[in-house]
Amino acid sequence: MTAVVLQNLTRRFGNVVAVNDLNLEIAAGELVALLGPSGCGKSTTLRMIAGLLSPTAGDIRFGDRSVLAVPAERRGAVLVFQKHLLFPHMTVGENVGFGLRMRGLRQKEIRVRVQEMLELVRLPGFEQRRAHELSGGQQQRVALARGLIVHPAVLLLDEPLANLDANLRLEMRELIRSLQQALKMTAIFVTHDQEEAVMLADRIALLFDGVLQQFDRPRAFYERPRSARIARFFRNENFLHGRKEGERIVCGGSPLVVGGGREHPDGEYLLTVRPEEVRIADTQVENSLRAQVLAAVYMGTYMQLLLDVEGQQWRVHGPADGCYPAGSVIWIQLPPQRIWLLPASV
Amino acid sequence: MSSFWRGSLVGGIGVVVGLPLLVQVIWSFAFRWYFPDLLPSEWGLHAWRYVFSDSSRVGEALLTSLGIGLAVSLLSIGIGMPAARALALHDFPGKGLVEWLLLVPIVVPGVVATMGIHLVFIHLRVADTSLGVVLVHLIPAVPYMILVMVSVFANYDTALEETARTLGANAVRVFWFVTLPAILPGLLVATLFTFLISWSQYVTTLLIGGGRVITLSMLLFPLIGGSNNATAAAISLVFVAPALLALGFTARSLAKGPSVLGGLGRP
Repeated sequence: MTAVVLQNLTRRFGNVVAVNDLNLEIAAGELVALLGPSGCGKSTTLRMIAGLLSPTAGDIRFGDRSVLAVPAERRGAVLVFQKHLLFPHMTVGENVGFGLRMRGLRQKEIRVRVQEMLELVRLPGFEQRRAHELSGGQQQRVALARGLIVHPAVLLLDEPLANLDANLRLEMRELIRSLQQALKMTAIFVTHDQEEAVMLADRIALLFDGVLQQFDRPRAFYERPRSARIARFFRNENFLHGRKEGERIVCGGSPLVVGGGREHPDGEYLLTVRPEEVRIADTQVENSLRAQVLAAVYMGTYMQLLLDVEGQQWRVHGPADGCYPAGSVIWIQLPPQRIWLLPASV
Repeated sequence: MSSFWRGSLVGGIGVVVGLPLLVQVIWSFAFRWYFPDLLPSEWGLHAWRYVFSDSSRVGEALLTSLGIGLAVSLLSIGIGMPAARALALHDFPGKGLVEWLLLVPIVVPGVVATMGIHLVFIHLRVADTSLGVVLVHLIPAVPYMILVMVSVFANYDTALEETARTLGANAVRVFWFVTLPAILPGLLVATLFTFLISWSQYVTTLLIGGGRVITLSMLLFPLIGGSNNATAAAISLVFVAPALLALGFTARSLAKGPSVLGGLGRP
């Protein structure tokens, strides 16, 4: 197991700063997601860790050793892409054994270890198959086996769950998780999909425009986002400006009790509540705001409501059996413990 | 495409390519063939005897053409493959200019350029040598290598190479185990093109070779204008044989396995 440390890591392409002064300490055996919209620098970071791209400035360390001078083929960080997974002209067995062949192992030993590895990814006896004969999920497992067989110090995955349907995502998630823990590996994966990051990662590093925004456990991005932009990225669009005085925050005319607000000094804040934490009421109740229904969409397990709250558009989840005609007035109750305060200057 | 249209197309191509060849075959065995006879009135092997005699120099010219063609193909790969890769996969300042310069030889008539090149080659002492002929054949050959390979690399993803690198393959092994198998079908087509371009060069060989480098086309072209149709027909059949062989071989290897050149040559 190897810890991975990124120190002041920077990469420029001409005038564009793809990765800007990134500091990240990934513990040995940890599974970390680099999350962000396309062009945020996450793939660039992954390729720098792999050794396929050299940083403009900063350092990359595996354990306490800098690996900047180590070329990709000797760095021990294996990269598994989600697209163009397998070498098309090789059999499954040749694909999985590729890394061992490059290390000069004898055919006999390679064959034994390929067999073991294919059993581990639940594809026993697939040695002679060709890549194009396999399903997408099977190809992904072969690609994973090909990476794992060389016992990499760090496993790097590019969008590991993308292009898989919901059932396969869960299965693949379990597989990656169990293999990563069984083989005691540090793993870093890149994704633009916050759901994928939340499902799989121990910790998530969220990047916008090449800058690290927040590095924390998945739960924190829902409960304690550090900016409105982060909250929005995690599908929370409910914000209201307010002034905090003691345990209350005043938004427009209505004062609300804030639960976890003791650490925040009095002043101007941006209040936010996640869509699924808001409770819907017909009449005014404790800690509630008046809202007008703009639109309601049935989503199967809940109603997606678009509301006007104090002039701001909110999206909240209501009970699936509720009836909310457009134009009607409802009350939304904000549980004090679920209200999160953001700096007002965003 | 329905089998009727496919059959008609193949048949049409067969007639267009095959019929002139058939006439050449008849001519090469003809001793007397005058208007209005549909077939020769007397047959003979004299043309083929001449082709295989030492005095015709056909054997020698065949070897020269083969040698020059192979050298041109290999050098075109060496120049054109990296150039095509750079053009297809990278953006760099002046890319448009480089593309234009590389393709200009297809547009500019060879004779024009060759006149000037001849003077330079005399100074460089490569005029009248096989080396000079190889160099001048590269001018029309390399653009075709690049044109074909750019389209090959445009459909190529370097992610496979990066995967191989991180799995422990150095640059040479990445090329050998990953890149080459992926581009091989396209590379074969491009190599065939460049070989045939060199094979059919006449004016450039005549000017730069100065009559000392005798390729097959140097023997054939003067005969075509002459009166001996039978000999011209026999030599032209020798001239066309490698092209047909190479085409058949390439089409077969293209039909096998996955190809980057979107199914070219597949049935």
